[in-house]
Amino acid sequence: MAAVSLDHALVLAAILFAIGFAGLLTRRNLIVVLACIEIMLNAAGLAFVAAGARWGQADGQVMFLFVLAMAAAEVAVGLAIAIRFRQSVKSLDIDDADKMRG
Amino acid sequence: MLELLWLIPALPAAGFVLLVLLDRRLGRAGAAWIGAGSVGLSALVALLVCGSFITSPPAGDAYHQVLWTWMDVAGFAPAIGLYLDAVSVTWVLVITFVGFLIHLYSTEHMEHDEGFTRFFMYLNLFVASMLVLVLADNLLLLYLGWEGVGLCSYLLISFWHTDPQNVYSGRKAFIVTRVGDTALIAGLFLLFTQLHTLEIQPMLAAAEESWASGSAVAVAAALLILGGAVGKSAQVPLQTWLPDAMAGPSPVSALIHAATMVTAGVYLIARTSVIFELAPDARLVVAIVGTVTLLIAGFSALVQHDLKRALAYSTISQIGYMFLALGVSGWEAGVFHFMTHAFFKALLFLGAGVIIEALADEHDIFKMGGLRRELPAVFWTFTIGAAALAALPFVTDGFYSKDLIIATSLGTVDGNVWFYVGSLVGAFVTALYAFRLVWLVFFGERRTAVTRRPRWRQMVPLWLLAVLSVVSGFVWMPAWVSGFHPLEDFLDTALPPIEWTGQYAHFAESAGAALLIIVVVYAGIGISYLVWMPWRRGTHAFAASPAIRPLAAFWLGGWGFDWLYERVFVLPVKWFARVARNDLVDYVVGGIAWLTSAGWGALSAGQTGRLRAYVAVAGFGIVLVLAVVVLR
Amino acid sequence: MILLWYILIPAVAAPVAWLLGRQNPVLARWTALLGTAAPLALVAGQWIANADALRAPFAPAGPGPAGLVAGSWIADVKAEWIDSLGISFFLAADGLTLIMLLLTFALGLLAVLASWRGITERVGVFHLMVLWTVAGLAGVFLSLDLFLFYFFFEMMLIPMYFLIAVWGHERRVYSAIKFFIFTQVSGLLMLIAIVALVFIHGRATGVYTFDFTQLLGTRMGSTTAMLLMLGFFAAFAVKLPAWPLHTWLPDAHTDAPTAGSVLLAGVLIKIGAYGMIRFMVPLFPDAARDFRVWALILGVVGIIYGAIMAYAQTDMKRLVAYTSVSHMGFVLLGIFAWNTLALQGVILQLVCHALSTGALFILVGGLQDRIHTRDMDKMGGLWQVAPRMGGTAMFFAMASLGLPGLGNFVAEFLILVGVWQVSPWAAVLGAVGLVFATVYALWMMQRAFQGEETHGLSFVDLTKREIGMFAGMIAALVLLGFWPQPLITTARQTVEGVQVMTSGSTLNRGPDLGGTGDPAEATQAAGAAAAPNGETVAADGGAP
Repeated sequence: MAAVSLDHALVLAAILFAIGFAGLLTRRNLIVVLACIEIMLNAAGLAFVAAGARWGQADGQVMFLFVLAMAAAEVAVGLAIAIRFRQSVKSLDIDDADKMRG
Repeated sequence: MLELLWLIPALPAAGFVLLVLLDRRLGRAGAAWIGAGSVGLSALVALLVCGSFITSPPAGDAYHQVLWTWMDVAGFAPAIGLYLDAVSVTWVLVITFVGFLIHLYSTEHMEHDEGFTRFFMYLNLFVASMLVLVLADNLLLLYLGWEGVGLCSYLLISFWHTDPQNVYSGRKAFIVTRVGDTALIAGLFLLFTQLHTLEIQPMLAAAEESWASGSAVAVAAALLILGGAVGKSAQVPLQTWLPDAMAGPSPVSALIHAATMVTAGVYLIARTSVIFELAPDARLVVAIVGTVTLLIAGFSALVQHDLKRALAYSTISQIGYMFLALGVSGWEAGVFHFMTHAFFKALLFLGAGVIIEALADEHDIFKMGGLRRELPAVFWTFTIGAAALAALPFVTDGFYSKDLIIATSLGTVDGNVWFYVGSLVGAFVTALYAFRLVWLVFFGERRTAVTRRPRWRQMVPLWLLAVLSVVSGFVWMPAWVSGFHPLEDFLDTALPPIEWTGQYAHFAESAGAALLIIVVVYAGIGISYLVWMPWRRGTHAFAASPAIRPLAAFWLGGWGFDWLYERVFVLPVKWFARVARNDLVDYVVGGIAWLTSAGWGALSAGQTGRLRAYVAVAGFGIVLVLAVVVLR
Repeated sequence: MILLWYILIPAVAAPVAWLLGRQNPVLARWTALLGTAAPLALVAGQWIANADALRAPFAPAGPGPAGLVAGSWIADVKAEWIDSLGISFFLAADGLTLIMLLLTFALGLLAVLASWRGITERVGVFHLMVLWTVAGLAGVFLSLDLFLFYFFFEMMLIPMYFLIAVWGHERRVYSAIKFFIFTQVSGLLMLIAIVALVFIHGRATGVYTFDFTQLLGTRMGSTTAMLLMLGFFAAFAVKLPAWPLHTWLPDAHTDAPTAGSVLLAGVLIKIGAYGMIRFMVPLFPDAARDFRVWALILGVVGIIYGAIMAYAQTDMKRLVAYTSVSHMGFVLLGIFAWNTLALQGVILQLVCHALSTGALFILVGGLQDRIHTRDMDKMGGLWQVAPRMGGTAMFFAMASLGLPGLGNFVAEFLILVGVWQVSPWAAVLGAVGLVFATVYALWMMQRAFQGEETHGLSFVDLTKREIGMFAGMIAALVLLGFWPQPLITTARQTVEGVQVMTSGSTLNRGPDLGGTGDPAEATQAAGAAAAPNGETVAADGGAP
């Protein structure tokens, strides 16, 4: 079986990242936005794992574990913010969160 | 006796200080006593000092009194010091005596004026400044007096300051003369830099020693001094202020704008004659300025309606004669004409003051007339003054001094036919306009009622000045009349004598030349009688005819100098002041502030607060950076 | 130690005035009066006590530049401050310092007197600010350590900022901020120059110090010197103010309360001239020489531009403010002419301008208190209403246009005759500026005081307090006009000293601006080493 080459993995990671980024730009629901960020994080993680496998180094997997931990933390904080946001603005539309405009 | 010299300027100065300090606590009588009294005392002291100077001349024919060192900076150490010689004696006597007579006259002339005390305050300050001017032993102190009289001239022209027109005239006088003063002060810088002192006598000695005749620096110094002189003495091209200066009270016109201050330029040039002797080109300029001025102003005087304006133009014209004399190295002739002119012109102005007062402030000579019977004493004294102005032969002082100047304009090395003809034409015009005033004001039918008659405090000065206008000429008789010329001998101690060495000297000095002048003067008087007495109506019609009217208007307006200066100097400055009123530089500063603020606005507009927009921009930026890094 | 008191007395009187002012405003006024009068008396005493020392010709007090600087001192105080950075608490006074201190305290006193009736709100804080400004000014004039100098230079801005911003007129906040930004930014440029100078000196000698006496004579490349000099010049030219850095001045002067205007015009802007004479030119003589042409151009433009701007104004206070721009042009000319005549003229001009312009500000302030406007279109004919005020205004207008017999004339004449040695054209154009001065001074008199009174104004003429103030200023100006010698003698050692400091450079040598090599200029160049009375001073004291 032909091994999955690094190029394939990276293309997949790029596609995942692009999907996540596009979602980030187009969706306004805060929860979906958080999900999009997750997708982008995992795309990066995929790239790390693939690169680690390619050069036989553990660093890629170590980095993925970091990304995983960070994503968990981010979701925890992000959801907390989402709840506070929903309570104060009565909406989950991130375009309503423009109080910091200049 | 000579040690009292410092009292001469100090007394009027003390009068000024007293009047300032006491001001409203003094009544009119008190102000009059202090004002006129201080000048009277000063005249007495002047008589004592100058008498002693004339009878027993000090060594070197000059007396020098240093009061204190003004300042001492790196070898520049002008003193507050006084210097008395024949030239300053002449001026001091005229200033104090004519000054006192005019003060006396003013006590009556101004008696109902609100600003009585203020008037004498200024007048005393003027006399003190003028005396400092003529007694100063260095040019810086002279400049102090020079500006001091300018200030007093301004204050007195705009004395009735509730009328903006008067204030305008005063300002004009001050500013125009200050233009000339700029040249003078530059001359002071040049003289000090070159000769290392401003003390007049050592400075002149140094100039004689170190400058070659005709050297550029001598010409430059002389021209800069001349610049100051033409400003103060109202000569072309800075003559425009004097006719307007007639806005002041009549005694002011008599004292400042006829007898004394306007001759300061003549004094200055005579005082620095050594420098002008080293600069023939500058002398030529002086003579040309004098000739041009005496003609221009003479023709202008011919068409004036305002009695005082006519006299003002005549003053400019007569000072033109003095400048002509100075320009052809007839230094003493210039001084002589200054003296005689001071008497007869002060007389004319004081007479004019009485007339204007008598007719309830009427200045227009065409609304006067027939005053011969109403004011006989004024008629006689004024006519004597006019005769002296016209140089009526033998019996007036003006004849002797003007005859001398006309003769020197031909007879000295610097003289030539052009100056001679110019001065003869000037003499003819002078006779015309002088007697035009007499015919129009005193003869014919009465047009305005006389409401007031002068009393003794006005009439005594008039009569005394009338006497002086007759006898003061006898101190210097021409050679073909008699050998009596004490003034010439006296002035010889301080000034270079007139040297009759020109091409036509023989003719200029002769009785024949004098006869020519006499004929010109009589012709002028005769024609003026015909034109303004029997043919008066014809004259009016002639003057009003379309061919002549523009010319008359041109002369009336002083040959368009005011018109020209208004456009060349005044309007551009006013325009710039209006345009730049909010400070052009501040627009640059404001521009920087505006740019900062605009930049802030632009940047803060990008802060929409929309998370997705930020993400889009960030993503775009990352792509851009990556593209640059990868594709480079 | 007496030098310390000059700073401490007003600095300590300030909080006292504030505390007392909370109980009773009158006590604050009297405290402020005492806080300025006491040091004034002390300076006068020190001046009289040192009259003989000041009369002596200049002689270096020791070897090297430090000896040269010390040559003109009459007193000094030095204490360690931040030793690790080479910063010391170093005060010294010579004739020039005494003159500037006299001016500071005298005008401080006048500022307090002028606010006696006009200031009614937050009286205690007001006097706190006035006294702190005075203390800061005294510090500026006394410091010989560049860090200390900079400290006082900036410190005094703060109370002045509040004086304008709190007690000022219509556009007070705008003007206060403009004033602050201008001085602050230019001050920072000077700070950079100071620090750079310290490092250049430190690299060369291993000694890092802010002590002016040690920094004097530091060698550096001509480009470096020019850049550093421009740093100093920026700060001082803004203060002076020199065209085109003047635009803060009309706004600040116009909107400041009378006391603020008096201190600004009387003393604060003099720091510019003082700093140039004391620090800038001695530190960078060759750069100053190279910059001379430009400085003369700026000076001449400032004289004429300021005068025309003054003529164009309708706000009387703004008019007076622009006359300062014009008069400070003369100061700039005089400093860059850098010879004894011009420098003595500059110092006289500082004093006379402070008196004449200060008086005009007090007068306009008094007028504003009475008729509540400064717009000359709403005045006219005031002489009829208040003849004493009219006469006083006339006097100070005459002082402003440089009438001989008043101190301003002596100053301007000395400056211009000194400038003539370097550049006749600059002197002539400066003299032309006097014609424009006549125009604005007379125009001001006509619009405000002459003419017919048509606005139905009526108010009281000068009060006794005002007459007292003006009489003192008039007497001082007339005295200086006829006998300026006391000031000239006092400043002589300083003027000679700074010229000896620069005598090694080309600054004192002949002109390149149209002059010819005539003997007078040689005299001027030698003037650095020769006392006016002809005594030769040892000029070999190790000039830089």
